[in-house]
Amino acid sequence: MKNIYLDNNATTRVAEEVVEEMLPYFSNLYGNASSMHSFGGNIRHKIDYARQQAAQLLNCGPEELIFTSGGTESDNTAIRSVLELNPNKRHIVTTRVEHPAVRTMARHFQRRGYRLTELPVDAYGRIDLDQLEAAISNDTALVTIMHANNETGVIFPVDKIAPLVKSKGVLFHTDAVQAVGKMPYNLADIPVDLLSLSGHKLHGPKGIGILYVRRGTPLSPLIMGGHQEFSRRAGTENTPGIVGLGKACELAQKNMEEENGRVRQMRDWLETHLLRVCPDARVNGDRESRLPNTTNISFEYVEGEAILLLLDQLGIAASSGSACTSGSLEPSHVLRAMGVPFTAVHGSIRFSLSRYNTIDEIEYVIRETPGVIKRLRQISMFSSPPDAGAPRERKPRLDRISG
Amino acid sequence: MWDYTEKVKDHFFNPRNVGVIEDPAGVGEVGSLACGDALKLMFKLDRGGRISEAKFQTFGCGSAIAAASALTEMIIGKTLEEAEKITNNDIADYLGGLPEQKMHCSVMGREALEAAIENYRTGRRTGRRLEGAVICTCFGVTDQEIRRVIKENDLRTVEQVTNYCKAGGGCQGCHPDIAAIIREIQGDKAQIDGAELTLKASRDPNKPLTNLMRIQLINRVLDQQIRPALQADGGDLELIDVIGDRVVVSFRGMCAQCQAAEFTMAEVVQARLREFVSEELVVEEQKP
Repeated sequence: MKNIYLDNNATTRVAEEVVEEMLPYFSNLYGNASSMHSFGGNIRHKIDYARQQAAQLLNCGPEELIFTSGGTESDNTAIRSVLELNPNKRHIVTTRVEHPAVRTMARHFQRRGYRLTELPVDAYGRIDLDQLEAAISNDTALVTIMHANNETGVIFPVDKIAPLVKSKGVLFHTDAVQAVGKMPYNLADIPVDLLSLSGHKLHGPKGIGILYVRRGTPLSPLIMGGHQEFSRRAGTENTPGIVGLGKACELAQKNMEEENGRVRQMRDWLETHLLRVCPDARVNGDRESRLPNTTNISFEYVEGEAILLLLDQLGIAASSGSACTSGSLEPSHVLRAMGVPFTAVHGSIRFSLSRYNTIDEIEYVIRETPGVIKRLRQISMFSSPPDAGAPRERKPRLDRISG
Repeated sequence: MWDYTEKVKDHFFNPRNVGVIEDPAGVGEVGSLACGDALKLMFKLDRGGRISEAKFQTFGCGSAIAAASALTEMIIGKTLEEAEKITNNDIADYLGGLPEQKMHCSVMGREALEAAIENYRTGRRTGRRLEGAVICTCFGVTDQEIRRVIKENDLRTVEQVTNYCKAGGGCQGCHPDIAAIIREIQGDKAQIDGAELTLKASRDPNKPLTNLMRIQLINRVLDQQIRPALQADGGDLELIDVIGDRVVVSFRGMCAQCQAAEFTMAEVVQARLREFVSEELVVEEQKP
């Protein structure tokens, strides 16, 4: 059976080079980096090296990086720390389309009395910088805005957001889990205070991530009980994970061009053809500013899980924003925030590519998907009105800020 | 990924009896686009009063399609008296079981069957009837429906109730009410944790309706206040979408050709929706 993996925003295949680099640290090289013998000292050196590899990808200092258990821990640590260290400020600014790792945390503090502003997005998934500026007040402790959206791939202009937030004297955190490795990054130029990234989104292993903390930004650790990671994240280091992530960062740097060249071309090819062949289909997101590997397409009048099951039978792995696949009964909060109609949210499919995909695979998906959609539409009682013509163009519209 | 049985997969990949019956004896329609699944069930009777043909159309996930397909197989050959004894559990059992979180698909099947039989007997085309008080505003589920799934399936937790009829699956504000109903029916067998009973206190009464809640409310107003009048004139109306404050509807049957449609819509639908849901709503018609 074919195995065409187009779900790289969920997780990625671990690069062979990464696996190879990690293996010795599961077997012979099992030392504890904190030990006072060379068995441990060698491990310490390797961890330092991995930190440098990651620092090079982000263009920052290695001492600004803390290894964590992943993106979620990084997000949680950043938000909790800022609020704890600024107890007199009781306001958080974020967006309506954040990953649950940020969203749930922000709402957790809202329940504890914090004021929370979730900035709306327009029909293309973009935020309005004027609204952001207006939302920040003297009481604002933290602005946390993702760099690229996991569901649509829409990129927020962090290079403009960060200076804006800094000019107000407020700390800025960005969840860059989807962005790092897919687009060039230069933390020397962008005044981000805190940034989260995850190993398994850039062909590294799971269970490892990084929290970037700009030099001079205080941090209150989430996990306490040891001096590891400059006393900012306790617990014996996940050496294989760290080594793997370091290697993955090095590879990401090397493959950046391919990601933005060949991968982007395949994505565009896939998108253009599916839209051409499938009636009542639309792209969700901002085609002007999007990750090169992601396309989110809504096939109206059919339900996402059913599409995924049929694609899976054909050996194609993708994901959906439909309620049935989310484990809850409500569909994607990201697409709903963009005002995507229910008719389209439930039938939304995200294809996210990687450098391991081939054009042959994409051609196969282009050949097989329209049949899947057609088959389900024959079962569905909903359809477009017979002479409705082209789907109506929706104007971007900003809702009110929720205070 | 869900753990579907082979039988569920078989009915999803090879659904039986998909389609439309031109002149059905009974039609039942439940669910909506907004809720993420909908089922239309049609049947015909033979001279002996047995179901000779059954067809369905479904918008929904794998298990929704499989449950509908299974249901048609189950009812063909039965009299209406026999068919109406089918419970949601029978449908799930026929499929070799459904994941807990998907049991609502079997309940949707049972509801469509009841609606279709009622349609045959009374000529009314009401979709799912709303009897009792609405407990879950997100998905429009009443206390009677909740009581029924609790009794028929021996449910003991709020989560189970959500799995079986979706109640409580949105904003969760009704969890204390659901918990109280479980207590009332199950007594000591109820498994309610303390948090579920305190949620209500922390819920902000001034919080605006969630999108789902609003759509459910709009649907209910259409069902109870507007549709009956249109249907009396041989027409009907369908809710196409709600985009912010824009409510897009489409008129069916007689209403679609009615010259006075502009008048009907502006004067009746919008006024009613503004009265019951929100002053800001604007009703637009999508021409068929």
